[in-house]
Amino acid sequence: MKTDIILAGVGGQGILTIAAAIGFASLYENKFVKQSEVHGMSQRGGAVQSHLRISDNPIASDLIPLGNADLILSVEPMEALRYLPYLAKQGWVVTNSVPFENITDYPSISRIKDELRALPNSVWLNADQLAQDCQSPKSSNIVMLGAASEHLGLSMDSLRAGVEQVFSRKGKDVVDANFRAFETGRKFTSKLQIN
Amino acid sequence: MQQLVLLGAEAIAQGALDAGISGVYAYPGTPSTEITEYIQKNRLAREKGIHSQWSANEKTAMESALGMSYAGKRAIVCMKHVGLNVAADGFINAAITGSGGGLIVAVADDPSMHSSQNEQDSRFYADFALLPVFEPTTQQEAYDMVFAGFELSEKYGLPVMMRITTRLSHSRASVKTREVLNQNQLKLPEDPRQFVLLPSIARKRYKRLLELQAALLKESENSGFNPDQPGNDHSLGIIACGIAFNYVQENYPSGIPYPVLKISQYPAPIEKVRKLTETCKSILVLEEGYPLLENGLRGLLNNNPIPIHGRLDGSVPRDGELTPDIVANALGIETKSGPAIPEFLANRPPSMCKGCSHIDTYYALIDALKPFGSGRTFSDIGCYALGALPPFEAINSCVDMGASITMAKGAADAGLIPAIAVIGDSTFTHSGMTGLLDAVNENSPITVIISDNETTGMTGGQTSAAYGRLESICLGIGVPANHLRLIIPLRKNHEANVAIISEELNHHGVSVIISRRECIQTAVKHKKVHNS
Ligand SMILES: Cc1ncc(C[n+]2csc(CCOP(=O)(O)OP(=O)(O)O)c2C)c(N)n1
Repeated sequence: MKTDIILAGVGGQGILTIAAAIGFASLYENKFVKQSEVHGMSQRGGAVQSHLRISDNPIASDLIPLGNADLILSVEPMEALRYLPYLAKQGWVVTNSVPFENITDYPSISRIKDELRALPNSVWLNADQLAQDCQSPKSSNIVMLGAASEHLGLSMDSLRAGVEQVFSRKGKDVVDANFRAFETGRKFTSKLQIN
Repeated sequence: MQQLVLLGAEAIAQGALDAGISGVYAYPGTPSTEITEYIQKNRLAREKGIHSQWSANEKTAMESALGMSYAGKRAIVCMKHVGLNVAADGFINAAITGSGGGLIVAVADDPSMHSSQNEQDSRFYADFALLPVFEPTTQQEAYDMVFAGFELSEKYGLPVMMRITTRLSHSRASVKTREVLNQNQLKLPEDPRQFVLLPSIARKRYKRLLELQAALLKESENSGFNPDQPGNDHSLGIIACGIAFNYVQENYPSGIPYPVLKISQYPAPIEKVRKLTETCKSILVLEEGYPLLENGLRGLLNNNPIPIHGRLDGSVPRDGELTPDIVANALGIETKSGPAIPEFLANRPPSMCKGCSHIDTYYALIDALKPFGSGRTFSDIGCYALGALPPFEAINSCVDMGASITMAKGAADAGLIPAIAVIGDSTFTHSGMTGLLDAVNENSPITVIISDNETTGMTGGQTSAAYGRLESICLGIGVPANHLRLIIPLRKNHEANVAIISEELNHHGVSVIISRRECIQTAVKHKKVHNS
């Protein structure tokens, strides 16, 4: 069993937190993990991605080969498209629908949505709204993790434990807020496809 | 012994701690910064009093590490690739003096220039200096090589380079740690003149360095980090350096059909290379960086009995980092791809943060410069270099740390008056101060704006070496007090700031304007700490 995941977003949107939660969850299941991150210049509002590879066997490359990603998990809609060449034929794209518009030539959101709708497997959700709705306004990234949780090849228990481990330093309230966010995202996708 | 999940950079840091270093010396620079930051955050390191404070630049870091090594203790010095240009004088000469306590020079290269001005390959520096190099393939090797590096360094009394690239530095994997070694005792060099490079001594030391080359080569030939593995298909032999080996493996999940030599310790093991070339019909050299080995293997005349493929014949692109797909192409393996990127996708270049002080500084400068015309602003390395991009397009150069002041001086010497330098506070203390002294000595008609956000912003907000002391430094260098000005870059001060900058632009001599407001990122962090 091997899962290749591209995490996408804009510098500062918290994709490394998602990566850390998945990373911890994978270790609970005694899997091999390699996770390549973007540090440095792009963190200043640039496009950032993380290649996360989870496997029952040792992993060679820190980078995912093109056409191999089982999942593109993006916290920003346009950023989901940037990594399409990495997507495997039957791979999933799960993306937040709320644009991060720090540039002047941001494309129309309907074109982005159309592009995603044309893919065989995609989920589109307003994670910011869902995070507000469950009283965890700062946790839209964990809503996204929940929304993608079925495609990670990891058990829900491990993922919850991963979320707990990431936030435990910040106290019980923060952990609970993120548990709520995780459940909200998870329930959202278990119900639907892109609409 | 523990199992930790670490970035490649952190694996080096943990290795250094466990191998008994007494100090890390560094100036921040992507992708090397995390080595030092990891040690700074380590509680045990603090308790043991292991030195980890940032140095003013890579040269001071290199020399301090050499001093610690002189005193018999283990030290590691860390920098990004271009930092080694700054430290090169110390580095090359440290090969001549040799070391005392183990000395590792950890250099992180940035092929594809994710966060850099160039993609120079540090292995060339080690080759030039005649020093051994370790180039890890995995995070585990990065950890283990710190132990091996210190051992080799102490065995031969030579500094050792540890070379990583962005991909390994910023990728996490599991690492098994070893038993922790004690720090060395204080111990002076046996030969009191070892470090005195007067020509007569240096000649002897250099001869010694030359003589050691055969032994270093033998170490590489026998090194477990340079394994050669057989293959059934001898139509091709593969030489894969460092992380390139991973991409070869990735492409052959059920085993590599060709003989492969992985090279992770230099000088390159010539006998192993010879064996491969004698038993294979062609060779593919895969290097994460410049074609160092490939060049050597081809030779000047490139009249080898068998074809040698790599970056020089187009089998691998001449520039940029390797990927599994690039290596697949070089191996003639078909690659896949998902859907194409839609053509309407917009780029998202890095930009200055909302509320960044540099923004207000630039707006004021742009207005003040209107009477003089553009094309006269020399800038430097840091967040403010993003002032080159729209909507500012406010700077005309960004070359290497410190070059703003000196280039402005040269342009002013040529008659471009006034010439303006825009430099950050950390860059100013890194290598701007000496250039300012040159300008003061000739009272050059330049206006230097130190855009002081009180931190080393671009690399993540490390302390700035002269925090709170920029004025006294400038006065000490000889900037006249009436031409040392302070502005606070806020929108409400715009008119006043434009007026001050205009005054100094009209002054025919050196002026320094310190534009001071805390970096918005560190301000938020400080607020959080304050509130909690
Ligand atoms: C020789 C060298 N060392 C390190 C770096 C990495 N580096 C790039 S920008 C920067 C920080 C500059 O800080 P400062 O001048 O205060 O400007 P700020 O980013 O805070 O605006 C550093 C360390 C480099 N590019 N070159």
